[in-house]
Amino acid sequence: MPNPFRGFGAVFYKEVLHVRRDPGTLFFSLVIPLLQMFVLGFGIDTNVRQVNTVVYNADGRQESRELIDRLKNSDTFHVVRYVQNDHDLNDMIIGGKARVGIKIPVDYSDRLIHKMSAQVLVLIDGSDSSVAGQAINVTTAIGLDESLRRAVTDSTAPFAVDMRPKLLFNPDSRSPNFFLPGLTAILLLNVTTFLTAFAIVREKERGTLEQLFVTPVRPFGLLLGKLLPYFFIGFFELCNILFFMRFVFRVPIHGNVFLLAFLSLPYIFVSLSLGMLISSKANTQGQAMQLAFLTILPSIFFSGYIFPRETMPAFFYGISFLVPASYFINITRGIILRGAGLQHLWLDGLALFAMGTFLLVIAARRFSNKIIMT
Amino acid sequence: MADPAQSSPQYAISAENLVRRFGEFTAVNDISFRVEKGEIFGFLGPNGSGKTTIIKMLTGLLPLTEGNAWVEGLDVRKDAEGVRERIGYMSQKFSLYDDLTVLENLRFYGRIYGLSAERMKRRIDEIVQLNGLAPYLNRLAAQLSGGWKQRLALGCAMLHEPKLLFLDEPTAGIDPVARRQLWDLLFELSGQGITFFVTTHYMDEAERCSHVAYIYYGKLIADGTPAELKLLPDVQPAGTDRIEIVTPQVTRALRLARHIPGIRSATIFGESIHALVEEHFNLADLRAQLQKDGITVTDIHPLTASLEDVFVELTYKHQALLEASRA
Ligand SMILES: Nc1ncnc2c1ncn2[C@@H]1O[C@H](COP(=O)(O)OP(=O)(O)OP(=O)(O)O)[C@@H](O)[C@H]1O
Ligand SMILES: [Mg+2]
Repeated sequence: MPNPFRGFGAVFYKEVLHVRRDPGTLFFSLVIPLLQMFVLGFGIDTNVRQVNTVVYNADGRQESRELIDRLKNSDTFHVVRYVQNDHDLNDMIIGGKARVGIKIPVDYSDRLIHKMSAQVLVLIDGSDSSVAGQAINVTTAIGLDESLRRAVTDSTAPFAVDMRPKLLFNPDSRSPNFFLPGLTAILLLNVTTFLTAFAIVREKERGTLEQLFVTPVRPFGLLLGKLLPYFFIGFFELCNILFFMRFVFRVPIHGNVFLLAFLSLPYIFVSLSLGMLISSKANTQGQAMQLAFLTILPSIFFSGYIFPRETMPAFFYGISFLVPASYFINITRGIILRGAGLQHLWLDGLALFAMGTFLLVIAARRFSNKIIMT
Repeated sequence: MADPAQSSPQYAISAENLVRRFGEFTAVNDISFRVEKGEIFGFLGPNGSGKTTIIKMLTGLLPLTEGNAWVEGLDVRKDAEGVRERIGYMSQKFSLYDDLTVLENLRFYGRIYGLSAERMKRRIDEIVQLNGLAPYLNRLAAQLSGGWKQRLALGCAMLHEPKLLFLDEPTAGIDPVARRQLWDLLFELSGQGITFFVTTHYMDEAERCSHVAYIYYGKLIADGTPAELKLLPDVQPAGTDRIEIVTPQVTRALRLARHIPGIRSATIFGESIHALVEEHFNLADLRAQLQKDGITVTDIHPLTASLEDVFVELTYKHQALLEASRA
């Protein structure tokens, strides 16, 4: 029975030697992302539509339903679920399934009928500052409009509907707090994908891969042996980024930093596998560079890093599910800003792991007949 | 179907009607040959004639477009992995790791082939001794000179004790002394029963092979021992002799010689001209005629064909055939 991982140890050891012999490349690949972090760490604001919203209508009568319809018609809110208690309302937001939670109190209709002012609680996930700003503006406007409408028909009515926005997770609404967790995903992807893609393409260029292919090394042995050193490097880089984020940009980490480190492992794995796949296609470092950019662009635009995913047109929203960074951004923002736990994020971790395995298997298949066409 | 004669263990390589096309272009055109165990099989041909392509086909780096090949008794199409266990390959371009030391390169290949620690140590000692690498063990491969790089590459290729080694232009770009030393090494290894498949552009190296094949733009046009090839009718047609004219004015002499009746063909070889002449051609008359036209003739004498003569003759003949087929 041939060992499918044949050559793994040899390749791993050799790759470590390469890295040690060339500390310059390693240094730059670790420092450049940190520089990018400083350059890109500050925000871009965008117009927001169709924000995922969860509604807890404790009242449920005519007046309350009208209010919900008005919110829905504003185009800013997209009601994904109606819940029946405060716990579910909070959980939807912490888990990242909704950005905005609206709670209509049980006495809402009564108070309006008795010409008293009724308060509506609007919980807003402040970790995304563009969503938060928009949500505050629109709910307040609707509250005002609703009150005015009642004032027109009955001048004795008080200020009727009082929207009470409450910003969660990022109370001071600082943009680094919002952008840096997302940026972490992009930077990490950059380093790891480039490093691994180059590690193999360089061997193609020098002809050493051809020499290696004439030995009994197996594709998985080759790929995993190459992957593992960069896995450690990627993880080290993640720790660097988190360190700078926490202590230089002063972004508080609300959740468990060890959970974040743990869930970054499958993401690093995906990025490395992607680099492997690129290297199976590219024959020169130039081509590898182009292909790597091609994978990094969708990670920037469709991952929710710049534009919130749920506000994208359906087609791009669909694409966002194929972008690994989407899942990892959900993980970083979830843990750093919302204090989310494993119970909210395990599915994202699993999705990343599955994607990584899938990509690696495809890459190994592309190397499996060990044929060089250059 | 594997013909038992093809895969018979007496052949290190047996190639049958190999064809390799790259798109429209046929790089290897219906080539068959056999390499016996223990031979030094020299493979010659002009640049771009398909030598490297054939090696890649035999080592499983390139799929065969058509044909069959057995290497060390294994079908290359079906068991490339088994072939790879049994062969060593040294590519045309230096392809070891520049940023690893000599020892690290050797150890890397030892690990890839899964040598036990004991065997690895024994083999590395043997190879270092045989190839004289001892003074360079801790030097980066990048810092070795051409000849030492080739010795290291050969060392890495034979670490796992393959019975068959493919060497693609092992002596290209190294100095004459290093070249000779490398060949001495090949002979020593060949004496131990290792088969070599070697490509080269050097005629003196070809002369030292036990068997040579000549490929001309994808076609195999000669295949035999050096002695056999020199007696080929195309090289030495019945009723002809080969002569050498030594003169400082080779180009002008060549132009004249080609118009002298009785001279069938003539080619420049450095400081002299090799010509194929009719039997009983009078050398004294030729000398007189050339001198009359102002050529200083240092020497004229009969000559036995060299391999270079063989390849030149065969190339002319095939060029003519190619042109005829195009016309
Ligand atoms: N992957 C490829 N795609 C297209 N054409 C190729 C490919 N590999 C080789 N060729 C062509 O096949 C022909 C034979 O090339 P090959 O490298 O085998 O020649 P060679 O005899 O080794 O020459 P040299 O003495 O220069 O090493 C050349 O014309 C080359 O351009
Ligand atoms: Mg070649």
